[in-house]
Amino acid sequence: MLSTLSKTARISQTRFLRLSHSAAAKDAKPKKAPVAAVDSPSFVMNLFRGKAVTDQVFPYPLNMTEEQKETLGMVMSPLEKMLIEVNDVVKNDETSDIPRAVLDQFAELGTFGVLVPPELEGSGFNNSQMARVAEIVGAYDLGFGVVMGAHQSIGYKGILLEGTDAQKQKYLPDLATGRKFAAFALTEPTTGSDASSVRTRAELSADGKHYVLNGGKIWISNGGFADVFTVFAQTPVKLADGSTKDKMSAFIVERAFGGVTSGPQEKKMGIKGSNTTEVHFDNVKIPVENLLGKEGEGFKVAMNILNNGRFGIPAACTGAMKHCIQKTVDHITTRVQFGKKLQEFGNVQEKLVEMISKLYATESIVYMLSSNMDRGIKEYQLEAAIGKVLASENAWHVCDDAIQVHGGMGFMRETGLERVLRDLRIFRIFEGANDVLRLFIALTGAQHAGKHLAEQASGVGGLIGLAVSRVTGGNTGSNFGQVVDSSLQDSAKALDQQIALFGQTVQGLLMKHKKGIIDRQYEMHRVANAAIDIYSSAAVLSRATYAIKHKASSADFERKVAIYYVEKVLKNKLNFLLKIIFQAMRSSNRYLKDAANGTENKEKVATIESLAKEVCGNGGLTLQHPVEL
Amino acid sequence: MKILVGVKRVVDYAVKIRVKPDRSGVVTEGVQHSMNPFDEIALEEAVKLKEKKLATEVVAFSLGGPKSQEVLRTALAKGADKAIHVQVSDEEASKLESFHVAKTLKKIVESEKFDAVFLGKQAIDDDSSQTAPILAGLLDWPQALYASKVEEGGDGHMKVKIPFVLSADLRLNEPRYATLPNIMKAKKKPLKAIPIKDLGVDIKPQTETIEVTEPPVRQAGGFVEDVAGLVAKLKEKGFVKA
Repeated sequence: MLSTLSKTARISQTRFLRLSHSAAAKDAKPKKAPVAAVDSPSFVMNLFRGKAVTDQVFPYPLNMTEEQKETLGMVMSPLEKMLIEVNDVVKNDETSDIPRAVLDQFAELGTFGVLVPPELEGSGFNNSQMARVAEIVGAYDLGFGVVMGAHQSIGYKGILLEGTDAQKQKYLPDLATGRKFAAFALTEPTTGSDASSVRTRAELSADGKHYVLNGGKIWISNGGFADVFTVFAQTPVKLADGSTKDKMSAFIVERAFGGVTSGPQEKKMGIKGSNTTEVHFDNVKIPVENLLGKEGEGFKVAMNILNNGRFGIPAACTGAMKHCIQKTVDHITTRVQFGKKLQEFGNVQEKLVEMISKLYATESIVYMLSSNMDRGIKEYQLEAAIGKVLASENAWHVCDDAIQVHGGMGFMRETGLERVLRDLRIFRIFEGANDVLRLFIALTGAQHAGKHLAEQASGVGGLIGLAVSRVTGGNTGSNFGQVVDSSLQDSAKALDQQIALFGQTVQGLLMKHKKGIIDRQYEMHRVANAAIDIYSSAAVLSRATYAIKHKASSADFERKVAIYYVEKVLKNKLNFLLKIIFQAMRSSNRYLKDAANGTENKEKVATIESLAKEVCGNGGLTLQHPVEL
Repeated sequence: MKILVGVKRVVDYAVKIRVKPDRSGVVTEGVQHSMNPFDEIALEEAVKLKEKKLATEVVAFSLGGPKSQEVLRTALAKGADKAIHVQVSDEEASKLESFHVAKTLKKIVESEKFDAVFLGKQAIDDDSSQTAPILAGLLDWPQALYASKVEEGGDGHMKVKIPFVLSADLRLNEPRYATLPNIMKAKKKPLKAIPIKDLGVDIKPQTETIEVTEPPVRQAGGFVEDVAGLVAKLKEKGFVKA
């Protein structure tokens, strides 16, 4: 998992360049037909057009059969018991190891083949069942969760998703039962977020029977003991014009092929129990049948694996948050200061509710995402990215607050929260750094909106007509009135307004910056944050409506949490975020004028640029100390 | 030897029990349930006997609402060969007493010809500890209660002749985990459902629950300096004659 810094940003950038060309095509080459804009079923994608397309969000899509629930229920108690009795999270952290004997016991339980079909010796769970399992593991040992995730969420996920029948038959039974372990090998010293820049190479042998693999990977989770690796390497691919070009391909590489060596266990800040090493390939002979997917399409394979496995992180983070909240409740209901239990202090109550609302939003997204995947929805890449960003940051803040409420005790190792905080830190970095995922969300969404904008602009009235319609329109086409519970309609209205505002803002940015939008990180970062707030609010309203409709025992509690959350992120924060982008948000005319003039943010971005430049140019801080010494 | 093992679906031991607002019972909806831990131990012992070829068949039994099948499938995943679910409604299940369970078990033992019945020494929800002795009485079989070791021909403290009723204590064994592969396999094992009326067992409640309340909150204790201090305190509180 450590190895999977996202290349998603890169893919979106190249795609986006193409899109912005077409968006800008009106001005430059009016005669060229624009690329046909395709409608998307994704809620987040449509936000960028100011539309509320709610099919994937309402009603809350969780739909487990009684049998699936029963099987899940049957495995939950033994899993929890084993995490307490067999696994020792403190020892794993101290020794930077999880003994193989422990892994073997969990393998017997079936935790290493959760999604693999029973015919291939797996447990045959769906994604929602898997999420619940990941949640439990995340609550007890995030390092163990990483071993599990590196193995099945990415390590052999490529075989499950893209493998041929023969590859599945050969590898999955051993991997699903934990007789063998897998790892995902992408990251290299010069390849972090920019994943397509790998230097590891695989060349076809003269007899055409093998690829010969050479190169080195770093920070590979399970790298020290994995038997099977999904490796990404450059291969020379013949193009239609007869020339050859290096393109990335994916391979299934066995340690047993020879020439595969691992470095020592890395010294890390957290998730120490998980194994992280370098992996080197020295003239490794890979049989041609071990090519995973098509030659030259490794990038697509990698993206597919990462997208598909991404919900595991928010699930594990959800578990970690529940652990932190439980510890907090235990503490504040017993600890007495100034003659009162901590739970009686308003500030403590506020912190606790803040933690609960963050958990609620994250959990609502996790099971919305997993259920949508379970019902065969293919377009969830932005939703998955949002889930990953939001969950990893919410978990970090929840754990941080839990430590704060514990006071000095929170800082002590014995309390067990400092380890969780250390473990959680990597979740904002690996499997797509949150900063890069934010750009991915904003740019992919803007690309989609841009295509539609270009198409609309080419119609009657052109850009001017478009601008007019944007000002006078602002109808999201939402059906919140019907799908959101009547007691949550105020929140739904706020959501609807913000979606309209969001769409207008994105379109304004597109019209102003055209393809230059790629370099507008200041604005894109904020657009992504706004999208995260809107999607999580929608997920929360959907989940609370579901709870009310199904008469959940906590329905009233959920209603209150939902109202609190939407109030917090939409009514206050989002307006603020958007105002940063367009200072004159309140007046539509002013907003359009500013968008056209390009005055907004100019000074602030220029200040940021100049300050950063000065410090970097100096090779360190240029600040004079107030005592002049 | 054919062994019948009783397994009860109870609120999981790790769940913090909450009393319903109307004080008619405890909250069970949306609460994690599992197999009564003492029943797990009884089951483990029976499965071990089968693995040692001392038993020929292990059949799990549960009397309860529709979700009791969950614990029966867990029992199948842990090594039982078959399962029998005697069906009552959830409403009826909440009012079942040890006597009803014992009478139902007797019917099953007689119709299916079992040689031994293994039960947990008590269920962790009502803590009655009555089913095993009542059943032994009804069957007129010897009973070995609170067993902490089971051996064939051993020199244990109590010998019983087959057929018999056994109730398992905490330290008898460490039950195995139900693994996912076994849970999947268990789905193919036979689970017979019998409506309670087909057995002709009367389950009319003999007790009436007037009110369920939380246990009183424990008062904070205090520390004493030494033995003399302790004695003085005990005298002061009237626990020891002055």
